[in-house]
Amino acid sequence: MSSAPMPVAVNTFREAVRDRVLYNLVFFALLMIGAAILVGQISIGIERLVIINLGLSAISIFGLVMAIFIGVGLVSKEIEKRTLYSLLARPVRRWEFLVGKYAGLVLTLAVNTAFMTLGLGLALYYVGRPYVAADALILVAVYFILLELALVTALALFFSCFSSPMLSTLFTLGIYITGLFASDIREFGELMKNPGLKIAMRVLYYIVPNFHNFNAIGAAAHGEAIPFSVVAQNTLYAALYVALLLIGASAVFSNRNLK
Amino acid sequence: MKQPSQNRALWTAIVAVPVLLAAIAFVQTRIDSQAGSASLQREDLLLRSPSAIQKMSLGYDPLLADVYWTRAVQYYGARFGKKGSTFGLLWPLLDISTTLDPKLIIAYRFGAIFLSESGTAGAGRPDLAVELVKRGIAANPNDWHLDSDLGFLYYWRLRDYAAASDAYLRGSKKRNAPEWMAVMAARVAQKGGSLETSRMIWSQIYESNQNPKVREWALQTLQGLKAEDDEKHLDEIADEYQRRFGRYPKSTSELHAAGMLEGIPVDPLGYAYVFGPDGKAQLDPESAVIIPAEPETPPTPGR
Amino acid sequence: MSNPAIEIAGLTKDYPVGFWRKRMRRSLDNLTLQVEEGEVFGFLGPNGAGKTTTLKLLTGLIFPTSGTARVRGRSIDDVAMHREIGYLPEQPYFYDYLTARELLDYYARFSNFSDAERKERVSRFLELVGLASAADLQLRKYSKGMLQRAGIAQAILHDPKVVFLDEPMSGLDPIGRRDVRDIILDLKKQGKTVFFSTHILSDAEMLCDRVAVLAGGKLQGVGAPGEIVSLEVHAMDILFELRAGRTLPAGLAESVTRIGGRFHMEVPEAQLYAALDELRDCDARILSVSPVRPTLEDYFLRLVNNERPVSHGVEVTAR
Repeated sequence: MSSAPMPVAVNTFREAVRDRVLYNLVFFALLMIGAAILVGQISIGIERLVIINLGLSAISIFGLVMAIFIGVGLVSKEIEKRTLYSLLARPVRRWEFLVGKYAGLVLTLAVNTAFMTLGLGLALYYVGRPYVAADALILVAVYFILLELALVTALALFFSCFSSPMLSTLFTLGIYITGLFASDIREFGELMKNPGLKIAMRVLYYIVPNFHNFNAIGAAAHGEAIPFSVVAQNTLYAALYVALLLIGASAVFSNRNLK
Repeated sequence: MKQPSQNRALWTAIVAVPVLLAAIAFVQTRIDSQAGSASLQREDLLLRSPSAIQKMSLGYDPLLADVYWTRAVQYYGARFGKKGSTFGLLWPLLDISTTLDPKLIIAYRFGAIFLSESGTAGAGRPDLAVELVKRGIAANPNDWHLDSDLGFLYYWRLRDYAAASDAYLRGSKKRNAPEWMAVMAARVAQKGGSLETSRMIWSQIYESNQNPKVREWALQTLQGLKAEDDEKHLDEIADEYQRRFGRYPKSTSELHAAGMLEGIPVDPLGYAYVFGPDGKAQLDPESAVIIPAEPETPPTPGR
Repeated sequence: MSNPAIEIAGLTKDYPVGFWRKRMRRSLDNLTLQVEEGEVFGFLGPNGAGKTTTLKLLTGLIFPTSGTARVRGRSIDDVAMHREIGYLPEQPYFYDYLTARELLDYYARFSNFSDAERKERVSRFLELVGLASAADLQLRKYSKGMLQRAGIAQAILHDPKVVFLDEPMSGLDPIGRRDVRDIILDLKKQGKTVFFSTHILSDAEMLCDRVAVLAGGKLQGVGAPGEIVSLEVHAMDILFELRAGRTLPAGLAESVTRIGGRFHMEVPEAQLYAALDELRDCDARILSVSPVRPTLEDYFLRLVNNERPVSHGVEVTAR
């Protein structure tokens, strides 16, 4: 029964590849090479810091752009192009289709990120440092970025089920930025005098996806350990929120009449 | 009329969404509690360079300034009065806020008081406070409040009465400056540091500052100054008592009995003053009034 | 009555229209219909009659406002039902970055075929619809006709018992249309049920066991093409030639159409013999005398012009 999402996922991945999306890796490679060379020339004592900060930030931003721009079209494009008609006549449930599209994009992002991490590793090596145990933290930071991307993709997919690509982009981006400042929402609420407003801000804080949780770039750059419990909690948080969004998307999409 | 498959999807969502939200909130609290205990010790402000933040803010500087200002207030509030608190991030937070929005007057005024305050009430860096306020004056040349804060810093923290007088004088010439600024300039130039001048300055801080934390602190300081004044006064009477009776009084009731005091004097919080074994007037040990300490020598610059 | 392959009961679809989406437009009104197994069933009607709406309802792309439908005993809401159906949408669009082979392979993966069987089927059906040579070309390079063929292939490659075709002939040249006709007849031979919508009436007349006519969202009539058209003979058509040097009598000249060297004359049945006598008088050579039967097209046009068509021997739904 649940094998139906699989071909959808593979096809979504194939589409991304054929759409030349993975070419962004070329830009990333150029960026890393340029940075490594420049930093190597100057030798200001913080080469490692710069490469890691820059690399991880770029991985995050590139991935974010991809997740949003492809994500908002996942469903709406198929509806607009009517490719969905012959597909849904087949024995595939609406939610299976959604899960397949989601998995396909996440797979694409994972592959993309893996290549970029490799590039980052090579840039680090070039900058003339042997690898240290603390570099494993970079992998943790990348994992957190992946969790973040998985969440953003789920957001984009959700909006794609009922709104146009442009609106979906605005919504997704808006929620992402709000989520970055989630802890400020909480602190803002603490400062409020009105108890009703205080509670409202608290509730808002918990509803908005907290993207601040996933930021480990600084920690990785400074070699600060990240306890396993944090890794587990973040994974759980992302999984729960993605489930929430997929179930929501399924409810919306399963009730939608296709033009 | 909805098909069964439509209803199934709908009801799954109706049931699952609240459950998942509750679970998400729960996990978030676990994440926060872990980060919370850590962040008081591990003070992380990843980007400390104001110019970097400014470039990244994509033109939304004032908004970001507000965010950082809010964080500064929260940061300070969480640490105020707690044993072992340090305020290492207060300067960067205020630095960033005022770089992003140079007209954020409240930030300069807050920094003037709490960057320079010592112990568990502040960062203990009057030099940084002076730097901050000077920047504020440069960016807001028409605002006399900042000059009065600069005067306060030189007078109270650095004991540089000449500079303090200059600051008050300059401020007194600015638009809407109150008369007491000129008066203050003259007093400080002539008399230097005195209890009365200090009390004037702190009450002006109380009057002119909107920030509740600043007002609270000013009130506390004023109480301490009053107590100091009372103690000095009592010491004088005690000396007189010693001359008359050959020993120092043990309590204020003795002074009262000897007709040298009208009533029993109490400190601003209502506790009666007591006499120590050395014959000097003191606060009741139960009283929460704190007499402001002498400022320490400012530390050598360099963070 | 044997088990119907398609059972439609009171199927209705309303769309909200207007700025606030308050008003309802009824695009399908209480359709009740049964299609037997093994039938080739034509679904006729002008544009906007509700044909495509019906097909989308049956294939689960849209949901009914009221009414039910079953295909081979299973509700249209049951995903298992989709194993037994194939669907060619109107103006099919496909993933243009795939080749035809990849497309068919992709769709075939939703049925349980072994890898070998899937590969074999894909090749076989590509061959059947005449796309074998273009199989590895990306679909974005396909002409309309080629896309239509790919569409037909994906509708039948998994051996569905019921095939829904929305305008299967559209975009095809005469050779293509003949091929599709042959495919439909072949499907019938295999015992499959074919339900197709079209507005090419000659195709319907030629292929269908029964047809249903839809207009304005309502079912107007169901029956064999021969039945639905009136058996009533209204007039007779006389085909004749004039011998050299002869001309028509003045009275007849008006009711005659000339095509090349021949003449057609339509006369009411009652006046047939009188007309023949007149023609014999001018020594015309009678070539044929045949009844004028309204074709499906006449029926159709009259329907569209809101005339009540005369039809006999027809299962008309009580409306």
